[in-house]
Amino acid sequence: MQRTTMDLWVGLFVVMGIIALMILSLKVGNLNVYNPSQSYVITGNFENIGGLKVRAPVKSAGVVVGRVTNIQFSTETYDAVVTMSMDARFQFPKDTFASILTSGLLGEQYIGLAAGGDEAMLKAGDKIMKTNSAMVLEELIGRFLFNKAAEDDSF
Amino acid sequence: MPKRIVSGIQSIGHRVIESIWRLGLASRFFILVLLKSGTSLRRFNLVIRELYFTGVLSLIIIVVSGLFVGMVLGLQGYETLQKYGSESAVGTLVALSLVRELGPVVAALLFASRAGSAITAEIGLMKATEQLAAMGMMAVDPIARVVAPRFWAGVISMPFLAAMFSVMGVFGGYLVTVVFIGVDEGSYWSQMQSAVDFRFDILNGFIKSCFFGVAVTAIAVFEGYDAPPTAEGVSGATTRTVVTSSLVILGLDFILTAFMFRGVS
Repeated sequence: MQRTTMDLWVGLFVVMGIIALMILSLKVGNLNVYNPSQSYVITGNFENIGGLKVRAPVKSAGVVVGRVTNIQFSTETYDAVVTMSMDARFQFPKDTFASILTSGLLGEQYIGLAAGGDEAMLKAGDKIMKTNSAMVLEELIGRFLFNKAAEDDSF
Repeated sequence: MPKRIVSGIQSIGHRVIESIWRLGLASRFFILVLLKSGTSLRRFNLVIRELYFTGVLSLIIIVVSGLFVGMVLGLQGYETLQKYGSESAVGTLVALSLVRELGPVVAALLFASRAGSAITAEIGLMKATEQLAAMGMMAVDPIARVVAPRFWAGVISMPFLAAMFSVMGVFGGYLVTVVFIGVDEGSYWSQMQSAVDFRFDILNGFIKSCFFGVAVTAIAVFEGYDAPPTAEGVSGATTRTVVTSSLVILGLDFILTAFMFRGVS
């Protein structure tokens, strides 16, 4: 089979296409190789998850240490069960405190972990006992108005 | 009933039946192309030849329009976001709109008018000058020899062209907002990287462009093969290719988007 310049151009075209896909996934998409075998799953019950979504980050000290993989409603305890897939490199004590926080004033919601002081570590399938619900603006305003009214009455 | 109304209804019915007939014919033709593509994939230099004409020669229009679309997105996005003091999110805007929608869709529209019309005209003219019939006489199957290589070349080149369009768009947005206007370079890239997800954005955009590639080339090839063997017939078929594939791209885009992004974030 004889080679032609056309082959060269087509080869160049394919190489450019693959490079474009690589740029998209590495430079634009920040593809980090996520290995599910190197992660462990923990759950936590929250009274109110606010606007938390699946795939939201789990952060500790501002560093992403895991992702929310599932959110379900439990009819036994009537609260939300949030499943988190944690990076196996990061182990947390049993009495870690999980709270739903908001990045910035209007940003997305994430789960913030504050490590406790327990000797024992959270294992796969464990449940975080200490949780703090999302801040809901309406409740906050309601509480504020209630307190204000109580203050006014005391005068 | 007046005769004019009856004949009007008749002509509507005739058109409906005619278009359903053509749709059935097109489906049968599509299956036939898939069945006979084994031979053309084994003789891969036929596909390479067509890749040169559909892919390589479409490169310039794709690259240049990608660059300009990205530049316009950057400018417009900056104008709006700057009012809310969040001009650093312009990278997110440019990248997400390109990777999810504009890259696959605009690249496919350009591809339909640049390469799709050429395929239709070529095959239609081959038919009009009885080259296809001559091939049949020599026991060379025109679908395996002429149609299938063009089809596969279009299917292969479309995702690459869409990816290049998106990359050039992101670069164009970078050029306008970071280099000319002066948005912080670090926040342009970092906000983009934190917002664009590989699985949900890039992979879905890639799947979209594959679908568009199949749709555009299938329409182009069928219109060419089905064209009336006259000069007028070929020109009509070329027009129909561009019109039909543009409509199919946009409709398919809606359906695919509804499947892909429903319930995600």
